[in-house]
Amino acid sequence: MGSRKSCAGSAAPAVMMAIVILALVGSTLYFHIAKTWWFPPAITPVGHRIDHQFLITFIVTGIVFVLAQLTLAWMVFKYRDHGQKVRFVRGSHMLEVVWTSATLVIFVSLGVMAAHAWGEVHFGGPAPGALQVEVTGAQFVWTFRYPGPDHKFGRVIPKDIDASIGNPLGLDPNDPAGKDDIVVPDMYLPVNRTIELMIRSQDVIHSFFVRELRIKQDAVPGLVIPIHFTVTKIGDYEITCNQLCGLGHYHMHAMLHVLSDAGFHQWEQKQEALNAQ
Amino acid sequence: MSSHASPVHHSEAPKGWLRHYIFSLDHKIIGTQYILLGLSAVTIGVILSIMMRIHLAWPNAHIWGFSNGVVSPEDYLRVITMHGTLMVFFVLTTVPQSGFGNYFLPLQIGAPDMAFPRINMLSFWFTFVALIVLLSSAFVRGGAPISGWTAYAPLSAIGQIAGPGEGLGQTLWVISIALFCGASLMSAINFLGTTIDLRTKGLSLMRMPLTVWAWFITACVALMAFAVLLAACILLLLDRLAMTSFFIPSGEMVSGVLLKHAGGSPLLWQHLFWFFGHPEVYIAILPGMGIISHVLSTFSRKPVFGYKAMVLSLSVIGFMSFMVWGHHMFVSGMSPYSGLAFSILTLVIGVPSAIKTFNWLGTLWGARIQFTAAMLFAIGFVSVFVTGGLSGIFLAQPALDLYLHDTYYVIGHFHLIMGVAAIFAMFAATYYWFPKMFGRMMSETLGKIHFWMTFVGIYCIFMPMHYLGYAGDPRRYASIESVHYLFRLQPVYVFISIAAFITAAAQLFFYFNFFWSIKHGKPAEQNPWHATTLEWSVPTPVPHDNFAGHYPTVYRGPYEYSVPGVADDFVPQDLAPELVAKAG
Amino acid sequence: MPHTAATEELVIIEAGGGARPPFRDGGDGGDSSSHSRSGMPQRMYVTGITVAMAGILMFFMAFVSAFIVRKGVGSDWHAFPLPRILWLNTFILLASSATIVRARQFFGRGDREGFRHWWMVTSILGLLFLAGQLIAWRQMVASGFYLATNASSSFFYVLTAAHGLHLLGGILALLYVGRGKLTHLTLATATEVASLYWHFMDGLWIFLFLLLWLGR
Repeated sequence: MGSRKSCAGSAAPAVMMAIVILALVGSTLYFHIAKTWWFPPAITPVGHRIDHQFLITFIVTGIVFVLAQLTLAWMVFKYRDHGQKVRFVRGSHMLEVVWTSATLVIFVSLGVMAAHAWGEVHFGGPAPGALQVEVTGAQFVWTFRYPGPDHKFGRVIPKDIDASIGNPLGLDPNDPAGKDDIVVPDMYLPVNRTIELMIRSQDVIHSFFVRELRIKQDAVPGLVIPIHFTVTKIGDYEITCNQLCGLGHYHMHAMLHVLSDAGFHQWEQKQEALNAQ
Repeated sequence: MSSHASPVHHSEAPKGWLRHYIFSLDHKIIGTQYILLGLSAVTIGVILSIMMRIHLAWPNAHIWGFSNGVVSPEDYLRVITMHGTLMVFFVLTTVPQSGFGNYFLPLQIGAPDMAFPRINMLSFWFTFVALIVLLSSAFVRGGAPISGWTAYAPLSAIGQIAGPGEGLGQTLWVISIALFCGASLMSAINFLGTTIDLRTKGLSLMRMPLTVWAWFITACVALMAFAVLLAACILLLLDRLAMTSFFIPSGEMVSGVLLKHAGGSPLLWQHLFWFFGHPEVYIAILPGMGIISHVLSTFSRKPVFGYKAMVLSLSVIGFMSFMVWGHHMFVSGMSPYSGLAFSILTLVIGVPSAIKTFNWLGTLWGARIQFTAAMLFAIGFVSVFVTGGLSGIFLAQPALDLYLHDTYYVIGHFHLIMGVAAIFAMFAATYYWFPKMFGRMMSETLGKIHFWMTFVGIYCIFMPMHYLGYAGDPRRYASIESVHYLFRLQPVYVFISIAAFITAAAQLFFYFNFFWSIKHGKPAEQNPWHATTLEWSVPTPVPHDNFAGHYPTVYRGPYEYSVPGVADDFVPQDLAPELVAKAG
Repeated sequence: MPHTAATEELVIIEAGGGARPPFRDGGDGGDSSSHSRSGMPQRMYVTGITVAMAGILMFFMAFVSAFIVRKGVGSDWHAFPLPRILWLNTFILLASSATIVRARQFFGRGDREGFRHWWMVTSILGLLFLAGQLIAWRQMVASGFYLATNASSSFFYVLTAAHGLHLLGGILALLYVGRGKLTHLTLATATEVASLYWHFMDGLWIFLFLLLWLGR
């Protein structure tokens, strides 16, 4: 009966809420602008496109984030109980239509924009003349295979897999196409050339990830999954496993060395010479 | 017609401690049992997360309970697997729906109990046994499984050879989850039957509290989702024990052993699992959304803004939750065209969630906000839901997911939404309904300390994880010692861990408040919050059959607060129109 | 009069005493056979079984989609000879759907003897079906197709076992209802619920049988 007892002096929770929310918004903005912990620079054209999409998404979600959090803090402060009358309303049909449409348009547009970059990685094959490299994950090591001068990968037979005798992939000794295959524990790529990776696994699901490429792909046993890209910057980059594969998941690590054209050619020749021995 | 002399048996509680407290058919006892089970599971889950955080911040730290004191990589993976499994299933799926739902659904709809009390009891005990089976996996030879709560095949399917814990431990895990599925299915049947058929006179669908709507839609989702998980678990069990090859392909060479399986598809497990798994996370959050709407309205002294839109958005979320599972599988090797389709659908399902957020803000607009502990958690929920939801916009775009998938960014995202927002809703529900459950008030002071420490703490824990994700930090790594670019993240790890310890410690205020107030809290009046819904129209303690024979008739919607022209600032749902005092 | 005879065994609501929950279907004073002793409406049992059937259907659809995917993906999908007895089993189950309909017709007319007779026939046909399924399994084993032989045979065992277990549950329900001693449901509701489930099991079997026959 009568009005509810006024929670006079209830400004404290509202003020505290505002402080926490302001700290949240402020720190979030700071760490995003200062890029304290951030993506490494991209080294592929598709990587740049992905970064562009990130930027657009940051801006859009950033605006929504700041507005929503500050609105919450402001409402909580302004409408704290200090004896005022409630502004009774059940809803607003118009508002519902407006904010539903706006949200739908914004969200779907982001998705459509992102589709271009996604397509570049996955739709359509690589350019002809792409360098093919096979990437094999196994508990807990990456192995990379190049087809050699004949441009053909030799057959692999699972039962022949035996790393201890130097055959980690199970290359079939009877297949001539495999004799010149280059099998190495780190990946070497030439700059400015289309690369096609064939990603596979021997045992459980692994995931091939290089931050700078902006490429990630699960290695699924029973499947060979192709992805393609071009690298535009020479350097050394780390390859990590990104899908829980067992107790050694955290140290399934390899290096990607991107070399100049000449450098890569030199490396290839050295490997072929080693193979011939 | 002849009449048997038969009393209405329902109005008396059963005699005997065992029938009354242990094998009870009373939905209020069963709901309490579920809440206590969830409380036990979350305690273990938090302890496990503390172990994780100690190990990540100080990798060589000795922790009691591990062999040689040091956390080995397999130990770390066992901890994260059990942590995830306990939290997702036995806390988030259990407490909001089977805990609070069981307790308050019949009360809010004016029913004497759930439709099928014996099935209700059975589903609790199935859940209990499932929990015991899960915990037992830690004590068998090989220990608990290491494949995460997602148990991807072939890692989870090929048995002991995949790694420590993948023998009996993994099998027990699968059995536990299968039992849990059975429990959830039974519970869903109960919720649906009750809501459809047992609503009291005058309680039409559009007069139901949003909590009832949320429990109802969650039950629909659970019915479909857990059925699929059960099937998947059976197939996984057969792969593990009967040499079938549903998920295991040919040519598996594991640790020098060539497996004889042939032709299976690891992706099939992912499809089945995530077809369940995505609806599952909505099962975890929908009841919470209902509770937050309810609490915000009560302590704003205003109706929920846009009730119809809220009902519609709950329904759309529930329905669409079955169409987006592929967003967990963008980089899995699934067709990239499917990926695009899932991406658009995922962005679309973000819309009803955004609508709910706007409507919550609309509820606060023009309000008269009372800062009870329950309300603080409700307000906190809105903040956390916004943050966690917006990070989902990144993950929904496959081009961006290429970078962020399986990094700490994802961990930050789902913890904010599930591990914080859903938990905040449970806290709000506890502070709100405690007076009705136990007839006493929880301490508001302790509640406020609990809230502020937790609210600041969770942001300190989970916001930095997004930055770890930007830096490319993979998840489920027992250590960062092998990857150079991760070394500089160590200080962030330490910060997160310290924040986690403080936040975990803050929960002690809640534990103490909860258990102490049951016996020593200030006695509560029947309707301490001056709320409108039917659970507040019954005395405390609630009679065995809830309404003691005086079943209510409902005359109006559930959120009639501060109605113009009415003397009081609330009108209970069951107050006859002629009894409503006019203002003036 | 047949109606009175039929209602004698129905569980009756006591007329006075504690108020019965005035559920939305019209409240107290309504048709007494629509509520049980505790005042709960009988139709909630029909809702319950309908919901349960939706869940069970989803469970089987998960297996079916796994079947379709696995068949498309694997290289080891080899046809197996469908055990001949399955045709007989299917006929038996179809017949049992007819007999359960007949049993309910007798019930509706108040002929208790006729009802019990045909209800029991249905149960026996159900048991015969299960026995036939076991024989089908033995026929599979005899032709060398075990659970793990290949994906196709794996699904055969999984689908028939899952269906068989659910049918067994149905048979137990039939036997329980046949006894006639029910505490919460009226016999009318119980027969309706049981027969809904039974027809569902029958229809599900037809679907699974076609899938196994055409897709094996």
